[in-house]
Amino acid sequence: MSKVLMKGNEAIAEAAIQAGCRYFFGYPITPQNEIPAYMAKRLPEVGGCFIQAESEVSAINMVYGAAGAGARVMTSSSSPGISLKQEGLSYIAGAELPCVVVNMVRGGPGLGGIQPAQSDYFQATKGGGHGDYHLVVLAPSTIQEAVDLVMEGFDIADQYRNPVMILGDGMLGQMMEPVEFRPLSSKRELPLKTWATTGYTGDRPRNIINSLFIDPQALEEHVKRIYQKYEEIKKNEVKVECYNCEDAEIIVAAYGTTARIVKSVIQKAKREGINVGLIRPITLWPFPTSTFEEWAQREHVKAFMSVEMSMGQMVEDVRLSVNGRKPVYFYGRTGGMVPEPNAILSEIKKVIGGVSR
Amino acid sequence: MTKVFTRPKSLTDKPFHYCPGCTHGIVHRLVAEAIDELGIREKTIGVAPVGCAVFAYEYFNCDMQEAAHGRAPAVATGIKRVLPDRVVFTYQGDGDLAAIGTAEIVHAATRGENITVIFINNAIYGMTGGQMAPTTLIGQVTATTPYGRDPGKAGYPIRMSEMLATLEGSAYIERVSVHDIKHINQAKRAIKKAFETQLAGKGFSMVEVLSTCPTNWGMTPVEALKWLEQNMIPCYPLGVKKEGK
Repeated sequence: MSKVLMKGNEAIAEAAIQAGCRYFFGYPITPQNEIPAYMAKRLPEVGGCFIQAESEVSAINMVYGAAGAGARVMTSSSSPGISLKQEGLSYIAGAELPCVVVNMVRGGPGLGGIQPAQSDYFQATKGGGHGDYHLVVLAPSTIQEAVDLVMEGFDIADQYRNPVMILGDGMLGQMMEPVEFRPLSSKRELPLKTWATTGYTGDRPRNIINSLFIDPQALEEHVKRIYQKYEEIKKNEVKVECYNCEDAEIIVAAYGTTARIVKSVIQKAKREGINVGLIRPITLWPFPTSTFEEWAQREHVKAFMSVEMSMGQMVEDVRLSVNGRKPVYFYGRTGGMVPEPNAILSEIKKVIGGVSR
Repeated sequence: MTKVFTRPKSLTDKPFHYCPGCTHGIVHRLVAEAIDELGIREKTIGVAPVGCAVFAYEYFNCDMQEAAHGRAPAVATGIKRVLPDRVVFTYQGDGDLAAIGTAEIVHAATRGENITVIFINNAIYGMTGGQMAPTTLIGQVTATTPYGRDPGKAGYPIRMSEMLATLEGSAYIERVSVHDIKHINQAKRAIKKAFETQLAGKGFSMVEVLSTCPTNWGMTPVEALKWLEQNMIPCYPLGVKKEGK
């Protein structure tokens, strides 16, 4: 299939349809409005169903019902709306339902702004709602990668019966790039959804979609079983890109839109004779801890620096992974401000001046 | 010997956890009988609420989903849109449906969502220990209206059936009571009719069932039934609120 020029939000919506998603429940919020609009137009053409819900709370609960009935289902929103979905996400994780949720992050807290940000990292990767659980968090940095990750995201969700979040930002949603909708390179054995509530005809046990375990021992066992699943996910699903790390004096950690900017900073730095590497987590949860561990043990790497569109959130996971082996610095802009290449480079120079000269 | 009375097939053999004299058991049975009589158990999916009926998924002998507090109509919407040929019902209390889940029920009704809602109105929060519900009567003493519900401070009882009947999307809405045999029979007819409305594809159906909570009302079961008849029915008139379409 040839490439088509598409806006990020629309490409994500089309990728979902290509992945077999036939149900979408959403609520308007900038900067992700092209996703529900595209779904409203496309889903009826493929025999699917779109509902504009009365709130994000309702939308995520429609996702719960549809996922529980065995369908591939998606919702999308942006930061304040994703906060409203946290109740539902906790129930979905607790009831072990597969679905894909897109967060086109904007600046916060509160109503914040509508420009791109990465300040929902904590919310996305540490649970977000109440209780012990994780989402699988995929952070594309190009529209092609967003398309690929949405398609794989549905498989990951189905394989592990766990919600998957696509963590983008306003920049990724609004820009246009050529994309190709191609079959997934990884073929997974997906389990049949024998647990779905489709009607109890007697040929299987009665199916109940539920996250209530009133007996504490039963709840602990349930959570521990989910955490065994998380160990499998950590083992199988970590995705990370290492760029120019081989001789790097300093390694920058950045994801999504910010990683694109850092790549151009690396070229700029090279011209000035400074060797900068990039570790770009593609899965934010599970976090590529061992990649950081490995590079932290290299002699030539003097320091790490996390660059984010936030006040410093992923930097905590970088510090935990580097675990004191090398100093970890942070540079970020927030509130919808995008870090400029020159500013990043001058931060890098300051760090190098401090640690190696 | 001929068996003349038995448990409906649509109920499991799990003993109810409800308090003595609580009318949830009656309504569960009526719902199960209606499902049995219509022969739809194999294609019915129920949605349990948060509240006293939170364990409804253990009692109804069909596939079930447990929803977050108030969200049952949204969950039911998701199920029904995926499986339009199945029968989907929610079973919700007054806190669940008329307080925290007001948006969900109003919009499920206005979309004409082809689901059936069984709405238990007992004028109080039972599970959490007898707090004021949106349906608590004026002057009624609860844990959070210890001086009686004062409309100046806590507003007025909300009549959900009348409110939802104004929406074009609702197809059948009736308020019934289970305080005596005659009314229990009427309630059964209404519940069956609500499922028939869904089977005919007519849209949103709801039966509001006036019910008792002897434990949190601080009454004997018999006193509670009397109290329902004398105090709740004047505030919540019985009858069909919406029909036809």
